Amino acid sequence: MTHVATSPRFKENAKAALADRELQNALKFVEVNFIARRREVVDRLPEFDALRDAARDIKNHTLAHLDLYLEAYEARVTAAGGQVHYAATAEDARQVVLGICRRLGAKTVTKGKSMIGEEIAINDFLEANSVQPIETDLGEYIVQLRGEIPSHIIAPAVHLTKAQVEAEFRRVHTHLPADRNLVEPTTLLTEARGVLREKFLAADVGITGANFLVAETGTSIIVTNEGNGDLTQTLPKAHIVLASIEKMVPTLEDVATLLRVLARSATGQDMSVYTTLSTGPRRADDPDGPGEYHVVILDNGRSAMVGSAFQDMLRCIRCGACMNHCPVYHAVGGHAYGWVYPGPMGAVLTPSLIGVDKAGHLPNASTFCGRCEEVCPVRIPLPRMMRAWREREFERHLSPATVRSGLAFWAAFARRPRLYGAATGIAMRLLALIGRGKGRFSWLPLASGWTRFRDFPSPQGATFQQQWRARRRSSE
Amino acid sequence: MTARDTVLGTIRRSLGVSGSESPRRQAVADRLGTHPAGLVPARGQVAPFERIALFIKMMELAAGTVDLVAEADDVPSTVAAFLRRHNLPMQVRRGDDRRLAALPWQREATLDVSTGVSDGGQLASVSHAFGAVAETGTLVLTSGADNPTTLNFLPDNHIVVVDAKDVAGDFETVWRKLRETYGAGIMPRTVNLITGPSRSADIEQTLILGAHGPRRLHVIIVGEP
Repeated sequence: MTHVATSPRFKENAKAALADRELQNALKFVEVNFIARRREVVDRLPEFDALRDAARDIKNHTLAHLDLYLEAYEARVTAAGGQVHYAATAEDARQVVLGICRRLGAKTVTKGKSMIGEEIAINDFLEANSVQPIETDLGEYIVQLRGEIPSHIIAPAVHLTKAQVEAEFRRVHTHLPADRNLVEPTTLLTEARGVLREKFLAADVGITGANFLVAETGTSIIVTNEGNGDLTQTLPKAHIVLASIEKMVPTLEDVATLLRVLARSATGQDMSVYTTLSTGPRRADDPDGPGEYHVVILDNGRSAMVGSAFQDMLRCIRCGACMNHCPVYHAVGGHAYGWVYPGPMGAVLTPSLIGVDKAGHLPNASTFCGRCEEVCPVRIPLPRMMRAWREREFERHLSPATVRSGLAFWAAFARRPRLYGAATGIAMRLLALIGRGKGRFSWLPLASGWTRFRDFPSPQGATFQQQWRARRRSSE
Repeated sequence: MTARDTVLGTIRRSLGVSGSESPRRQAVADRLGTHPAGLVPARGQVAPFERIALFIKMMELAAGTVDLVAEADDVPSTVAAFLRRHNLPMQVRRGDDRRLAALPWQREATLDVSTGVSDGGQLASVSHAFGAVAETGTLVLTSGADNPTTLNFLPDNHIVVVDAKDVAGDFETVWRKLRETYGAGIMPRTVNLITGPSRSADIEQTLILGAHGPRRLHVIIVGEP
């Protein structure tokens, strides 16, 4: 039981997304807000780029010694009275969580935001086993009410407008007066706060994700702005942390470096409001806190990425900057990608986790503009890895026949420079002649995919190679 | 074979190592033992008074508010003034922190100070911070009977007292102090790094204060750095 990936239908998903008025209205905010906010805080910190280098190096060092840091981490967690559970697969992880819930007789489980939780589809699984999961991050809560998955890794409901949120609250919060005013976003937030406060106080188990696991101290760290993660983990009988192997970081000093790039890249804050370091369960003299502390460390295909062409992807700290700066994401939003991880990081990670046969469209949905790599806080070469996936897809004969025959035709043509030069020379002159009047084409045979949305500029009459030769001659 | 063996085994196969190579083990032991500092931004590396000014600036940027008082005895009246300013009932909840217990609360006759955790029924709480970080305007609070974690999140108004001499320039200084206090590799159950009041931008990216945690965060800095 995981989310059924619709990634194989990326093209249909994208088409539907482009035609979705409300989605397009909601997406407008991404392009403006995230980028401007990040720019502002980054400009205020002269060391930012050097910190990105340092962050990359920390992650590389950790991945090269990952087995040993995991062992050191586990020893510290155990010493602090916590328990580490390894999970090779999503199913293993789900069983661990359900086992803890059953032992504690849990009826409701509150949840802080966790992409690993999405990856293993823990909510559907718990629900099917009579444990009620309640998402408490505002965006996650909205998305859960609508039966959706997040469309962004740090802003789950970024695909929705305020009016859609209001409609959802009216549908679900039927215990509140029907004629209440929900025009302001503040009132929507206050309503969710009230509803969820009761859930926090009643929950038997709290599940959070982890931004980092610290080997030096056996600590898990969450970073939030709402404080929902803290209520989730402080109030119930047990706190379960869902993490994956690459969340490992050696020391607190390394955490400081990563924190310095995380919030700035993610939300454009110097620091998120709540960064919480948790080490083990309630101590003997603690008046509050969870009685049990469990960490589930998920592999789910990641260990096989270590040492491969895609190892660099394991540096990812899930800030979302790559999708915030991606023209494809801006156009189609996160759901079109068809699984848990959208945007450029999803285009690289999803084929690793669910297979390039299912997710081969994602690395193809890129303009290779390179902005994702330019803003990545751990300098992941995302375009290079998307290209690597395209090559694998081609090698494994997964690309459609039209693409393969098109490429074969072009290759045959490009290998014969004389023929190529002559044919393109004729074509360009011809196009220039026909397009002379308007200087552009609103329709061209075989190019309707382009001309349906924008005009095709008419050529100047000579090909690049012809112009190049002419210039060389005149400068000699 | 356990899941642990499977996961660690696959990682080792991928890395082409056995796990017993001594240079690797040494590299990890050194890193964990010496925890070398990385690049520390120049922003926080300033003289004590500028450090306080930077902390205030960054905290206010994060929508927190700050009062400066000359000595600890001024804290109760500052707390009372905060409550009055926001038309709040004259009630606060605090933990067993000795520094907070020693304050002359009786000088504020109308102020009702109770001790213990929060069960969600309190509108205002007072905590004493372990320290603070000027570079980002961040408070550092540690869990325990002295300052229960629930006081940081359940009440609508969180008032945090911090000694000016405990406001550090950077995170690395706070980590050092944690190691001195709790021992190398040992941490209190929870360390809360708090930078402003709770907020959400999940609806059309409009920033709204008071999501699940406190709607107001007020810092009282005591004494001289």
